Order: sequence, then C-alpha cells, then structure tokens
Amino acid sequence: MSVFWSVVRRDLEIAWAQGGGAGFTVIFFVITVTLFPFGVGPEPGVLARIAPGILWVAALLASMISLDRLFAADLEDGSFDHLLLLPEPLAVIVAAKCLAHWITTSLPLILVAPLLALMVNLEAEAFPVLILSLLIGTPAVTAIGAVGAALTAGIRRAGTLIALIVLPLAIPILIFGVAAVEAARMALDPAPHLMLLAGTGCFALVLGIAAAGAALKLAME
Amino acid sequence: MARLSPRRPGCYDSRILELRAGELTEILKGEGLLCERGGRPVFARLHFALAPGSALVLKGPNGSGKSSLLRLCAGLIRPSAGRLLRGGRPVDHDPDGHRADLRYMGHLPALKPALTLRRNLEHWAMLYGVGDPVARVEAALSRVRLGTLADLPARLLSAGQQRRAAIARLLLQPASLWLMDEPTVGLDARSLDDLTRLMAEHVEAGGAIMVATHQPLDLPSMQDLDLSAFRPEEAFT
Repeated sequence: MSVFWSVVRRDLEIAWAQGGGAGFTVIFFVITVTLFPFGVGPEPGVLARIAPGILWVAALLASMISLDRLFAADLEDGSFDHLLLLPEPLAVIVAAKCLAHWITTSLPLILVAPLLALMVNLEAEAFPVLILSLLIGTPAVTAIGAVGAALTAGIRRAGTLIALIVLPLAIPILIFGVAAVEAARMALDPAPHLMLLAGTGCFALVLGIAAAGAALKLAME
Repeated sequence: MARLSPRRPGCYDSRILELRAGELTEILKGEGLLCERGGRPVFARLHFALAPGSALVLKGPNGSGKSSLLRLCAGLIRPSAGRLLRGGRPVDHDPDGHRADLRYMGHLPALKPALTLRRNLEHWAMLYGVGDPVARVEAALSRVRLGTLADLPARLLSAGQQRRAAIARLLLQPASLWLMDEPTVGLDARSLDDLTRLMAEHVEAGGAIMVATHQPLDLPSMQDLDLSAFRPEEAFT
C-alpha cells in the first residue's frame, strides 16, 4: 500500500513541477462549453434543456486531453522499467497512476463545472447531482482511458487514437451521467441513475485497470 | 529479501553470507535460455551461472543480446524457452522476491527533467520503502560525487551526470543482484574509478553483478560470458 501512495505522490509532484496537463484540461473544458451559447444561441430555455449533455460531453472530451502522457512519459525515460521491478503487482502501479491522473485532470474539471453550469443556465437544483455524477463517473473514464493509453503507449502522437478507442467505451458512463442530471432538472429522483452510473463505473474501474496492466505487459515484451 | 543495514553499506544480511560460505547455490542461473525479440531469436541455449561474490561480464557484438539477457534476468521480458533459477528455485515461483532483491540499471536515466536530482532519487527511495529516504539519498549522491548538484533540475544534468545518478539509485536500497547495462557509457576517468570501486565492494560483500560493457573493468572474481557463442543457428531462424 505504501508503494501505491508513493506512486501517487510522485506523479502529483511531477505534474505540479512541469505544469501544463491540468491547466489544458480545464481550459479545454471551459472553451468547449462556452462554444455552445455561441453555436446554439443564447436562448436560456434551449440551453437549460441541453445543459446536462453539454457539460458531460465536454467533460468527457476534456478528459482525453492528457491521457497520452499517462504511461508514455515513464516508458520513454525508462522509469517504467523501475516501476515494474517494484515487488508489487502491476495493477497497483496502474491504479496509483490513474488516481494521480484523476486528481490532476478530472478534479479541477469538477471544481469549475458549477461555474460553467451557471453559464449554460442549468437549474440550481441540479448542481449537486451534476457534481456527484461527475465524481462518480470520471474515475471510470480515467480507468477506461488508461486502457487506451496503455494500448498506444509505444506510439508517437497517440492522443487522437486514444480518443477513438476510449470515447465509444465511455458511452454508458455518459448516458447514466446525463440521465441523472436530467432527472434532477425535472425534479425527479436521480438516485436510480446514479446507482446505475456507480455500477457501470465500478465495472469499468476494475476491468480498465486490469486491462491496462495487461496491455502494458504486452508493450514491454 | 537481503537488505543492508542502512548505516553500513557493504554489509549484507546473514542469508547471503550463508550462501557464500556454503557455495551451494548460485544467486542466478540460466538454463537453455532462448530469447526472441520481434519474432526473431537473439540467442539460444544460453547457460550461465552467477555465484554470490562474483561478477559476470557480458561480451559480444552489438545486437548479440546483452541488453536482452539483462532484461530477461530482471524479469522485464520472459524467455521463450529455458528457465531462470534464483537461489536454486525457478524465478516464476517467487517473482516478487526476485524483483525485491535485484537492482537494474538500464540505458535510460529514468529521471524526471522537471524535478531536482534529489527529489527524483527521494521518490525512488520511498518507492523502495527505504527507512530514511532523505539521508539515504544524501549518502548515495555523495558516493557518486553529485552532492553539489543535488538541487539542480535533472534536465540540466549532462549525460555522464545522469549515468552517475542512475548509479546512485542502485545504492538506494541494497540488493544481492545488480544487473547493469553499459554502466560506463559517458563516465569520465574519475567516475569510472568510483564505479569500479562500488562494483568491487558489492562483489566483495557477497553480492553478484551481471554487467554488459565494452570497457575493461577490474573486478574481483570476474568471468566473461561471450554471447556470440549462443548465436541461434541459421536453421533456427
């Protein structure tokens, strides 16, 4: 377990020292959401109607931004060999790297989400559910993203390829996430949707981390 | 797991000393190893035995599989045939124990350019579960004469200094087996002397070293392993 937290701490410190990653993700999120009032028109009713979809799709796209560096940086400078040589299962390392990645990219995105929700005129009652659905859903997106990042670890400029692999797999997360926010908007009970989201999320988390580990082992051969 | 006491580098725990006294088991032994990279055999039917307190120097032209053998011994790649024995038991039986008691030094520096040299090594010390990472890193850095550069971002280090940082990582946590891939590349004369001394100390303390190098090294109980002797035959390819 101490290895787990050491890896998390290391990745957080590296992300902090080199900057970039987290900032890009948040800025991309903000810009994408901002485009909608321009594209759809500033009609508050229309925006409120599609707000859950806008926010969730933009969050999903923004999550793809720095995924390509998740494993590639360590593979390129040889750190990954040394991580593999730690007497811990690879899944522990992968899970730790995913957690650090989630903290540096998804967490800031969740923090600015209410601000953007205001901009697209989402009903105030739906704010807590929006945050909750993102908190439940984004770790799963990171785990699915890890599979894409691991599969493309040896490839240069893999960013687009990762998005092509990961986005289709993230559709169930998107559906349940949006449905929960939608229910809250309509003053309905969002709990069933959140539970479905959590269920799908757990499944994706477990499977994603195992699959990413297997893909990385393959990449090392 | 064989671990040094943190204050006395060069002194191994009783298990290794027992092994050395008895000379019963090799630290690492390869039997009939076949290594394939990208579907092509690199070496075949390779045998070697690495006893405690000895060094095995891998020789052979470029592409003869020196790096592959080191990665194979580290467990980073798997042999297509043959088996690897650690202390007389197949490595597959206890891969975690095997990995915990070896240090690998590859071509790549494994340093994060944005972090200082000290921080880079402290993170590895923490990952290795070293008791007092700060002191341990300080000691390792002074052994490779990088103490004065410790607070420089790693991206400013020269190639030779990065190599020395990799040697320092080797010293963070004691292990009985050192696997070193071209450790002398880019080192100046004094650093080369330092490295030779560190390797000699390791061997004299009962550790074992497998090293690929083109540089003549002067180590106690040193043996050569010429990989060109295990070139796969034409019929094999």
